[in-house]
Amino acid sequence: MILSKELKAIYFISLKDIKSYYFKPPNISWGIIFPFAMALAFYLRNPIGMIDLIPGLLGMTILFGATSMEAVVITFERRMGSFERLLLAPVSLGGVLMGKIVGGAFFGFIVSTAVMVVSFLFFSFSRFNPLFLFLSLILSSLAFSTMGAFISVAVKEVFEAQTLANLFRFPMIFLSGVFIPVETLPSPVKVISYCLPLTYSVEALRNSLLVSEGVIPYWISIIFLAAFSLALYWLSVIVLRKKLE
Amino acid sequence: MENDMAIRVEGLVKYYGKLLAVDHIHFQVKKGEVFGFLGPNGAGKTTTIRILCGLSTPSEGRAEVMGFDIQRQTTDVKAQIGVVPESSNLYDELTCLENLLFMGQLYGVAGNQRVKRAEELIQLFRLEGKRDTPFSRLSKGMKRNLTIAAALVHVPPVVFLDEPTSGLDVMNARNLRAMIRHLNQQGVTVFLTTHNIEEANLLCQRIAVIVKGKIIAVDSPEALKKSVERESMVEFAVEDPSPPTLMESIKEFDGVKTVSVKRDRFAVGFKEKPPWESFLAYLRAKGVSVTSINSIQPTLEDAFVKITGLDREIMMMEKEGKKGG
Repeated sequence: MILSKELKAIYFISLKDIKSYYFKPPNISWGIIFPFAMALAFYLRNPIGMIDLIPGLLGMTILFGATSMEAVVITFERRMGSFERLLLAPVSLGGVLMGKIVGGAFFGFIVSTAVMVVSFLFFSFSRFNPLFLFLSLILSSLAFSTMGAFISVAVKEVFEAQTLANLFRFPMIFLSGVFIPVETLPSPVKVISYCLPLTYSVEALRNSLLVSEGVIPYWISIIFLAAFSLALYWLSVIVLRKKLE
Repeated sequence: MENDMAIRVEGLVKYYGKLLAVDHIHFQVKKGEVFGFLGPNGAGKTTTIRILCGLSTPSEGRAEVMGFDIQRQTTDVKAQIGVVPESSNLYDELTCLENLLFMGQLYGVAGNQRVKRAEELIQLFRLEGKRDTPFSRLSKGMKRNLTIAAALVHVPPVVFLDEPTSGLDVMNARNLRAMIRHLNQQGVTVFLTTHNIEEANLLCQRIAVIVKGKIIAVDSPEALKKSVERESMVEFAVEDPSPPTLMESIKEFDGVKTVSVKRDRFAVGFKEKPPWESFLAYLRAKGVSVTSINSIQPTLEDAFVKITGLDREIMMMEKEGKKGG
């Protein structure tokens, strides 16, 4: 009974966020156009290897789609006072935060699915595994949305959230095998790469579309993304609880 | 007897770091009562409300709302209460109806009841013409009304109102007070925090006076006023603009306990029966021309000043919203 109420509240919070914030033109353009523009720049440099960029493009789309709003939404609502309305409702703090994360993850999943559908029109993927792809998209969306939520609860002002989000996102693009394969990076940089969730997201997507065995085994990537999401969710709840006091 | 209580607070303490915001407070609120929490800014009113609503945890002590422990059964407490914070804080981008429906969803109001309840509240708060208007485009008074409506979506037995008329114009404040009375007539327990003494006097059946985190009196407005009746109050008007030192001169008169001034009228509280003749002679000697003088009944404000020992002028400034904190 309590669980059912909690799940319903999570659903309604995420639905409200999706309607209010996510499917708005600026957010859609940021979530889709930016990764496309980056991929196009690399494609113009090397048109033959475009298919190899698809997992990275997908990973980037999820990263920017899931974090674009998620990284600021809680900070914004706390500033406006409306976040308190959620805290006053008979829902746990973890439930409220989960509602926020699910909204961002859903948006990340939808925009990346749109990119995937367009990719299928132009490319044929040698090792396409729909179940692996679905799981990769879901867990990547959750991981990046949770990362956005963590940024959002960790700071006080919206501009701080945006700055912090970019501080994480932009280096990740170049260190996570999106454009440059991780195995070709210098060893000290490689260590950093293996700490970043985008590396595991791109590897899981590559395993779902192009290769049977990548640099990181598929299930390791999946477990890493799940563990990263759980750890950051738990940390976000603790930080938020502390901040609210 | 226990079941008659909507709120029970025992030895509640709240520290923010080293700052003691709430200091071992005890009180009980009966079901169906309008209970006022009266005190100056920074007295601990909002901190207490935040603890009772489950938004903040107490450092010590315990409290129950409708029989549910605020720390162990927080979600149950939240389901029993409606909260109207000091600032109207609904979602700017949602319309009046959407805001109420969303609140209904959060509080688990059944789907078929949700729309009906939202429409009822829109009507009750006279927002029919603004049903599909986003919250951001409402006037201040309408925002306040919708925020109260949002707190009532799930028909809570207890409603917390934190400075409900703060920043509202006279007309909106009056309408809101009528709404609070209406709620109370429906059997809803109202916990009202305010620094507006007149508002507490008009609405509350009992009042707790809180200063610097401590409750220093809990009683009905009438009983609180009676506590100053032993003092005799005299009000007099003067013809000419008062000399700047007149306040001080009055305070120096033997037997005077309190003095306040509003325009050309002075209110003076005596410890005993006012010595009319000698007091008038004293004023004449100071060059003051008295145009009228009469005895007055003490107000809740007089009681508050006496109980708290706070400066009347400071309370007046707070009442007019000139002092933050």
